[in-house]
Amino acid sequence: MIKLRCVNKSYPMGARSLHVLKDLDLDVAAGELVSIMGSSGSGKSTLLNILGLLDGFDSGEYTLDGQSMSGLSEAKAARLRGQMLGFVFQSFNLIAYKTAVENVSLPLYYQGVPRRKREDTALGYLEQVGLRDWAGHLPSELSGGQKQRVAIARALIGQPRVIFADEPTGALDTATSQSIMETLQSINQDGITMVVVTHEPDIARITDRTILLRDGRVVSS
Amino acid sequence: MLSRNRLRTGLTALSVSWGVFMLVALLGIGSGIANQIYWDFRDDAINSIWLYPGTSSLPHGGYGEGRPVQFTDADYELLRTSIPGIEHVAGRFRMGGEHIIRRGAKTSSYDIRAVHPGHQYIEKTIVRSGRFLNDRDLMERRKVAVIGVRVAEFLFPALDPIEDPIGEEIIIGSIPYTVIGVFEDVGGENEMRKVYLPITTARLSYGGGDVIHTLLFTVGDATLEESQRIESQVRQRLASRHHFSLADRRAIRVSNNLEEFAEVQQIFTWMDGFIWLVGLGTVAAGIVGVSNICLISVKERTREIGLRKALGAPPRTIITQIVRESVALTAVSGYLGLLLGVLLLEALRTWVPENDYIRDPDIALVPALVTAAVLVLCGAVAGYIPARRAASVPPVVALRDS
Repeated sequence: MIKLRCVNKSYPMGARSLHVLKDLDLDVAAGELVSIMGSSGSGKSTLLNILGLLDGFDSGEYTLDGQSMSGLSEAKAARLRGQMLGFVFQSFNLIAYKTAVENVSLPLYYQGVPRRKREDTALGYLEQVGLRDWAGHLPSELSGGQKQRVAIARALIGQPRVIFADEPTGALDTATSQSIMETLQSINQDGITMVVVTHEPDIARITDRTILLRDGRVVSS
Repeated sequence: MLSRNRLRTGLTALSVSWGVFMLVALLGIGSGIANQIYWDFRDDAINSIWLYPGTSSLPHGGYGEGRPVQFTDADYELLRTSIPGIEHVAGRFRMGGEHIIRRGAKTSSYDIRAVHPGHQYIEKTIVRSGRFLNDRDLMERRKVAVIGVRVAEFLFPALDPIEDPIGEEIIIGSIPYTVIGVFEDVGGENEMRKVYLPITTARLSYGGGDVIHTLLFTVGDATLEESQRIESQVRQRLASRHHFSLADRRAIRVSNNLEEFAEVQQIFTWMDGFIWLVGLGTVAAGIVGVSNICLISVKERTREIGLRKALGAPPRTIITQIVRESVALTAVSGYLGLLLGVLLLEALRTWVPENDYIRDPDIALVPALVTAAVLVLCGAVAGYIPARRAASVPPVVALRDS
């Protein structure tokens, strides 16, 4: 599903530049649940952004589901994100003035789905994460775990091939983390490839495989 | 998304409304003032030139200074026959003050103008019944009068003031005159409270010899330059006849309506330009405000925009959303200003009584449409700058922002 070859990425830091990813190779098979671990500064967030088409890379080759991701235009990248990818963030990133159901249905808006259908579909996914009754609530009226479930429903609604989760339990307590991970696992079992960035060994343990990053290179996989 | 900054958005909308309101109000009131001035010109023919005798201020041709100039019938004939380009000519003989006019039991005093027949065209007298004075009246020194419609209404109460006075007798001073015509005048109420007599009859009755106090003539459809050429020709002929120097500006005073009209027109062209400048400047300040509020809202929502992009929003969608909001904000608030401005002008038209300063303040359709179009365009530009900035933020940067 995901294939990286010799990918390099550096950020300009004033006059010098910071070389974050160095000739990185990576493979994730379809249907896999992998975790990416590494100390802070190892490049794991950068890697996730590149994998999620949220950021470009300087050189190398990235193939996603058989398509090359080199030199994408912004508009093309946006379309691919909408069609193939889902995101779950540490800080949830829900829009504060929109209700749960509106937040969940947002990706469909950009795919041109009519309003009625968007809402019906979104309610279905809220049902799947157990928040059907909270559809009309604003994020500020939800607990952390509930917010993350709304975010997961939002990631699912576009029927993605891959879901990227960046520290999905970083802002949650242990019990809630557990249940969120179980939800992600069950989604994975439905056949969606899942890449989780984490620094918690407990989380990494329940994934199929852990990719360890150090100084912009994969040290074990 | 502007709805999140309700107060700020409201104030910005207010500044746009205010700008448009000011523009419309200024243009409308400007047009009202112009209308009034042009209205004042309606009294007399715009192509008329008026000559008033004065006193020589320079010695000339053996004559000393301080010599009064006096027009006579010879000057009238000179203008009438020997200067090309002159259309109608008339002289006025001033009888001094108002005169008691009587008919039956009704008595009042009115201003009397003793004139030549050509006066009708120069003063733009509208004869409603009967006729104006003619050459025969003058030649035979007939005791006939053409009276203003207000005079007729007073002297002939309970009768039709237009038709009935014709052929009736009125007494001016102690001399009976026959009414031969009733007139109206666009120059206003005062102009309709006048009585015209043949200049020859008046001079006979009041001992005027062949004196003319004011000479008036029109120049047909001459351009301003042509009228100025005719004017200088007239001045030359009169100077040689009355022995004053051409450089002497006091011997006769010349008032060229066409010249004054052109001057006034020019003043209003400048005033119009100035109003547009001030008005559009005020609107521009509002537009900058719109751009600013869009920029603020983009800045505040960098994270949300990044998220939307992560969820598949193409950059174009982000741009159109912001531009659409900006256009909607300027269009709605601008329209409100336009509406208020038009209402103000409507109120002025309705509630302010007829006066000498302002008449029919109005904004024409074209400036209103131009204003509206400029506003929408400005709204689009005002939104586009922040929108492009928003759309160019990579989603990562936006999501990292907190």
